[in-house]
Amino acid sequence: MSSHNESILREPLVTGKDITYAKVTDDILLPVENKPNKAWWIGFIMAALGALLWVVSVGYTFWTGIGAWGLNKTVGWAWDITDFVWWVGIGHAGTLISAVLLLFRQNWRNSINRSAEAMTIFAVICAATYVVAHMGRPWLAYWIFPLPNQFGSLWVNFNSPLVWDAFAISTYFTVSLVFWYCGLLPDIASVRDRAAGLKRRIYSILSFGWNGSVKTWQRFEIVSLILAGISTPLVLSVHTIVSMDFATSVIPGWHTTIFPPYFVAGAIFSGFAMVQTLLLVMRKVLNFENYITMFHIESMNKIIMVTGSIVGIAYLTELFIAWYSGSEYEMYAFANRIAGPYAWAYWAMMTCNVISPQLFWFKKIRTSIPISWVLSIVVNIGMWFERFVIIVTSLHRDYIPSSWAMFYPTWTDVGVFVGSIGVFFTLFLLFLRFLPGIAIAEVKLLLKSASLQQKTKLVKEGHLDPEQVAFFRDSLSKYDSVSEEDIKELETK
Amino acid sequence: MSNIKYIIGSFADPDELMDGIDKLQANNISIYDCFTPMPIHGIEAKLGVKPSRLPIAAFCFGLLGGTLGFSLLYYTMTYDWPMNIGGKPALPLPDFVPVTFECTILITALGMVATFFYRNHLFPGRAPRVMDLRATDDRFIIAIDANDNVDHEKIEGLLKEAGAVEVKYNERKYVSYE
Repeated sequence: MSSHNESILREPLVTGKDITYAKVTDDILLPVENKPNKAWWIGFIMAALGALLWVVSVGYTFWTGIGAWGLNKTVGWAWDITDFVWWVGIGHAGTLISAVLLLFRQNWRNSINRSAEAMTIFAVICAATYVVAHMGRPWLAYWIFPLPNQFGSLWVNFNSPLVWDAFAISTYFTVSLVFWYCGLLPDIASVRDRAAGLKRRIYSILSFGWNGSVKTWQRFEIVSLILAGISTPLVLSVHTIVSMDFATSVIPGWHTTIFPPYFVAGAIFSGFAMVQTLLLVMRKVLNFENYITMFHIESMNKIIMVTGSIVGIAYLTELFIAWYSGSEYEMYAFANRIAGPYAWAYWAMMTCNVISPQLFWFKKIRTSIPISWVLSIVVNIGMWFERFVIIVTSLHRDYIPSSWAMFYPTWTDVGVFVGSIGVFFTLFLLFLRFLPGIAIAEVKLLLKSASLQQKTKLVKEGHLDPEQVAFFRDSLSKYDSVSEEDIKELETK
Repeated sequence: MSNIKYIIGSFADPDELMDGIDKLQANNISIYDCFTPMPIHGIEAKLGVKPSRLPIAAFCFGLLGGTLGFSLLYYTMTYDWPMNIGGKPALPLPDFVPVTFECTILITALGMVATFFYRNHLFPGRAPRVMDLRATDDRFIIAIDANDNVDHEKIEGLLKEAGAVEVKYNERKYVSYE
């Protein structure tokens, strides 16, 4: 605590004046304790319409079977698995922020972990719906699990990555949900103790009787740390296993050892882009500018840049190895990607994923909110194309040219995909309405160390190296939530 | 005086709370518990709260999960109904790694969190044992058992001296939630 002050060189994680513990609670609970504003309703209605489209499309798929999609005998996997991998990938950023950044003691995660974890859970829900839907007979989805059965006691084939995937995704969902909910307990208790009537009763049940005693907090911190420790390898294993769905097959373009790390990097890349897309809007609409600051935005952009570069290297490595392997089929698969009928998808992927994140080398772009937002969407479009390219271009030209085919999506394909985005946003907006979108307790932890207010106080006390203070002052100029006067206050006499 | 069960010292700042604990302890006044809106680092050492044994529980659950996961694979694939799948051996150990790993993680997480909930009596619908409603908002609370520590004026003095913004005398242990 104040016994040792954080270095003045570190940029503030909480800005704003007169931020007290009470104000943090008030600010963050504003959307939970009040009627939603117009922006929320507009977003919610649009998202709910999307969710309706999803219900119709998935209902139609279940009614008619997966013939409702544009699949044919050559291309047996297309948008369903593309969307599945896309959503699972998006989910990865939440765990990365909540677990890996906790292990690395990155305090800036404190104000974004809650919504990122919520995003993970909703993205994995969306992903899981594709797993169920693509099976064709969703009422038999439980056959993927090893249950003693009446069909001759035949167990599932544990050599198959598809079975590993069922275990990985369900474990991932469960552990993420538990991690998220444990973190929510103290904040639900905050809502509970300020509410009255029915609302208090409901939040009281949800709070599990949390009271914030010493022993509770002590165990809470241990649980968070260990959950973070086990979630880190878990999140890596999940996308590794997803990539093995492809990599253990013998399809040219899929049969690559580079897939696990390449998929994990891609997942983090797309996940952070989605976090950026959501948070830039959320901070504006819910007035969270003081908690989700330019430092957070810039840090996330840096991660997008790094993971985007890893993905770029992976693309180039794939090309090189395809050539270097000398394998005719492998070389053809990649030549077909670059110049075949789906070349437009390949080059869309290359542009969005390899070139666009490189723009973040420029500080002006990294710290510009509108450009960051647009680029985050570009990245997500690119990552969708990546999965489409991997799946469809490897399949559509089979070993026998007579079975070559193209994939054309039907309205059901489009409806299921657009609809799943609607489902995702419906869930996310409901989350923002009923649960605190920022971890209140964790932001309170930052107040006496990493807030601008505290740093201003330190500067005013003197005793600091004027050069370091000048550095700190300069770093503030990018913050949209810090005014000119705030910076002037830091002038050393 | 005898109706008073607990004395509640309410602080607006965590450092003042720590100061309050020091002052009370220096005067041999036992502290019942503290309630704070966020974790206070170093408070356990001050109050003599033992380190949590949850990591041990988590490790045991991890061993259990790993064993269960591997047993499931061994039973189904090797013992109960070994199948020839593409000429692969009946005991394909490398293929057992992912599922064994996932089971280990799942049981560790669920077991540890269940232990945490069990030890702290957290479950849906439990009536919150709250001594001050602002302890989850902006107040840092020290609770002192009023029957064990009889010199109430001295306690109030010490708390105020440490910077308490409010000292309450509660006749009920917990704030009623009915």
